[in-house]
Amino acid sequence: MKPNIRMLTPVLFLLMAMTLSGCGEQFIVLDPKGPIGESQKDLIYITTLLCAVVIVPVLILSAIIIWRYRDRPGRKAAYTPEWEHSTKLEIVWWGIPIIIILILGVVTVKYTYELEPSKPIVSEKEPVTIQVTSLDWKWLFKYPEEGIATVNYLKIPEDVPVKFQLTSDKAMNSFWIPQLGGQIYTMSGMAMTLFLQADEPGSYYGSGANFNGKDFAKMTFKVDATSEEGYQAWINEVKGTSPALTMDGYEKLTEPGSSETLLFSSFPEGLFEKVVTQYVNGDGGAHQHHGGDTAEQEDEAAEADDSASPDSTGTESNAHHHAGH
Amino acid sequence: MLDKLKEFASEFFVTGDPLILGAQVSIGLSLVAIIFALTFFKKWKWLWTEWLTSVDHKKIGIMYIIASLLMLFRGGVDALLMRMQLAAPQLEFLNAEHYNAIFTTHGVIMILFMAMPLMFGLFNIVVPLQIGARDVAFPFLNSLSFWMFFFGAMLFNVSFIIGGSPDAGWLAYPPLSELSGSPGLGQDFYIWGIQISGIGSLATGINFIVTILKMRAPGMKLMQMPMFIWSVLSSCITIIFAFPILTVTLFLLFLDRYLGAHFFTLDGGGNPMMYINLIWMWGHPEVYIVILPAFGIFSEVVSTFSKKKLFGYKSMVFALMSISFFSFFTWAHHFFTMGSGADVNAFFAITTMLIAIPTGVKVFNWLFTMYRGRITFSTPMMWAVAFIPCFVVGGMTGVMLSVAPADFQFHNSYFLIAHFHQVLIGGVVFGYFAGLYYWWPKMFGFRLHEGLGKWAFWFWNIGFYVCFMPQYALGLDGMTRRVNTYDFDMGWQPLNVISTVGAFLMGLAFIFQVWQIAHSIKFYKKEKDGDAWDGRTLEWSIPSPAPLYNFARLPQVRSQDDWWEEKQRKAKGEPAKPLAPLEPIHMPKNSGIPFIMSACWFTAGFGFVWDWKWMIVLGLGGVVVCMLARSFSYDTDYYIPVDEIERTEAALRGTK
Repeated sequence: MKPNIRMLTPVLFLLMAMTLSGCGEQFIVLDPKGPIGESQKDLIYITTLLCAVVIVPVLILSAIIIWRYRDRPGRKAAYTPEWEHSTKLEIVWWGIPIIIILILGVVTVKYTYELEPSKPIVSEKEPVTIQVTSLDWKWLFKYPEEGIATVNYLKIPEDVPVKFQLTSDKAMNSFWIPQLGGQIYTMSGMAMTLFLQADEPGSYYGSGANFNGKDFAKMTFKVDATSEEGYQAWINEVKGTSPALTMDGYEKLTEPGSSETLLFSSFPEGLFEKVVTQYVNGDGGAHQHHGGDTAEQEDEAAEADDSASPDSTGTESNAHHHAGH
Repeated sequence: MLDKLKEFASEFFVTGDPLILGAQVSIGLSLVAIIFALTFFKKWKWLWTEWLTSVDHKKIGIMYIIASLLMLFRGGVDALLMRMQLAAPQLEFLNAEHYNAIFTTHGVIMILFMAMPLMFGLFNIVVPLQIGARDVAFPFLNSLSFWMFFFGAMLFNVSFIIGGSPDAGWLAYPPLSELSGSPGLGQDFYIWGIQISGIGSLATGINFIVTILKMRAPGMKLMQMPMFIWSVLSSCITIIFAFPILTVTLFLLFLDRYLGAHFFTLDGGGNPMMYINLIWMWGHPEVYIVILPAFGIFSEVVSTFSKKKLFGYKSMVFALMSISFFSFFTWAHHFFTMGSGADVNAFFAITTMLIAIPTGVKVFNWLFTMYRGRITFSTPMMWAVAFIPCFVVGGMTGVMLSVAPADFQFHNSYFLIAHFHQVLIGGVVFGYFAGLYYWWPKMFGFRLHEGLGKWAFWFWNIGFYVCFMPQYALGLDGMTRRVNTYDFDMGWQPLNVISTVGAFLMGLAFIFQVWQIAHSIKFYKKEKDGDAWDGRTLEWSIPSPAPLYNFARLPQVRSQDDWWEEKQRKAKGEPAKPLAPLEPIHMPKNSGIPFIMSACWFTAGFGFVWDWKWMIVLGLGGVVVCMLARSFSYDTDYYIPVDEIERTEAALRGTK
């Protein structure tokens, strides 16, 4: 038996991990182009290192123990069949993971608050708002400030924070542009907020990360980051040359099926809000059976209001608030 | 009439896919072959009296293991089909619908119908023998649990040839799994298949808790129990708290689909998030349910093959119990990216990391069991040794995933896929294989061929790393799980090809295992001694395979590793324990009711799937009749007389 060969596999893995960190640019998550993705990459490296501090010695220790104490004729290593307890040793290996996890915990909590997706990115520039709706099986993007809309294509200005408001019409999905930052779910009847920013011009891969049915794999899109002038020029071009998205057109989009890239010069006003609140107003039966308690009714009103305005962040006072704030 | 029949058949059977047609034909042919063989060799009666109606825990355990290996085959074929589809970009080997069905059934089958029954099989065979009992606490319930599992699994499995497979993912998130997202029958098969087998799992959990607490041999204190028994206890405690959640959740989903309720729908006040929370409140403990017994197996195997007492017994017990406890407080880490907010994410990130502490301690204790031991590398020990680095690395990526803000980049990607396959294969599968190889001689009375076992071992291990290491990298390159195809320009092909090669190496490994079993049966050599590995615990003190009543005399336990201590005393020439006189042994009678009742549940489930009222009534009626029949049957037990025990013992130990 050659236990040393068995030990090679994790060593190979570690080598691979090292190569990964060396030429991370091959892997888009490790090659971020925006502040959020950058922090997440740092965090990935920090946690990998912290874990490796324990893992590598353990792997070496296991290799040594398994090699040294294998049974063979004429072996010199000690054999103590009854030795089964040592308070000192046990304190050591309860202690080490506890310390590592403590450090990791502190780092995690700090980053969790820092990278809370709905937290605005600090910048002198006003953020651009983009409303994202995942449909079966395509992405609809609306630029409320510019009044245009696109399908399966995003253009954003570089160095400007982008505020994504996200929802879904149908099954849930997850909006992910790995090089800009981590993903967030899109869910019907709720509006989520995600701030991202591209630091340099380029073309980035985006996808729907959560399975939502038949043509899920076709829900990829391209994100082009350009200069602010280029962005403005593109907006004007879309406004000048593309057709308008009508309510009927939107209904068509909601039908199951994948789609090419589409551009629209305008979209029905309040469409995003309508999609988010359709189950609150559209089906009055939702809360009727609760009875006439006024406090509760107020609460419901607040809740409805809440989902209607995805911007609202001051929901701490409202015990019933949904996820997404 | 003929047209109507044709129309019915085209709805009833899944049509239009050559792969599935092939499966239908081969399933049909094998059924005919089995029926013919049973009839030709006049084995129907034998099958019924010896197996289908048996309440013997050893036979039930063997049936669990056979079923789980069949399911491993099915789930493995699913996996290979997926890997083939992903080997090249824009491949049209499987279409999107077929691919979605396959990853759904792969997940459900591997966790619920492969890992769970393999685990229950080992529980059944080992627990009573290790604690010196003659059967489990409730043998009838045990048989019922098995058949509920079996018929549930069959109901789930028929869906791919009859009615259509579920295709909404292994946890079937609504609204996709609601009628609006999945109008087909697959989702109903999913609900009823899991529901029926879930009842069996819950009953098994209860059964083994009672068995361990009440049926231990005289003198065996809790803190003298073998570590495997502790792991079973912690796993079963987790089962009884987790499985009711699953049952209720799926029942609510059933109400949504069948009666138009609005628990998880988008409209009518429903909330899909509720389902996602509930399903993971079961789903996360579930993965600990399957890994805890693997920890127990490693403890037994490492100690036996190092010829040394398990290091840090008390720590190990504490670690098992705290993992079981903490497993209930981590569920939200499966959806950090659903916007629960920083407070919630921070809480669940910390609870998830906490589990790494007791798990890490266990690894150290295994290492120090080997330290100053005398390690021999038989196949069970090889699996245990391979487990350590694999699980340590898998655990590390798990901790990385638990860092909530970083998880925003890992979630739903192949990084996650690689992680959970590493802990489930490197932990659970390696663990159960170690257990299977370790207790095989005890189960069947012969050894498995070591050489072929080593081939299988190396193919499994190399295949595993070749398959899953590239997937970590693919995840970091943005490849998301469950995509059935990808574009050329993503550059994912080379790593995917490597991964596919690895998957096929594991497929080869499975063939080696089948060959190993077949070879060992062909060159059957009966174990002369019940103590195959110079074992430490009570199961090795009796002949292999164990007689019906296990222990002719209930052992008097004086210490941990009682059989080992007994052998030590004997070697020192100390007098053996005095033998008590034999007494008649009280045994449960076989019963056909568990089989029939579970078949009735199958009928009812099938009726619910198709919404055939007559079938539902027939099935549920049958269940009630079975319950009444059992309630009024008083002739359920008997005694084995002393002279029969004497004869059996003489025959079994005669060669000694």
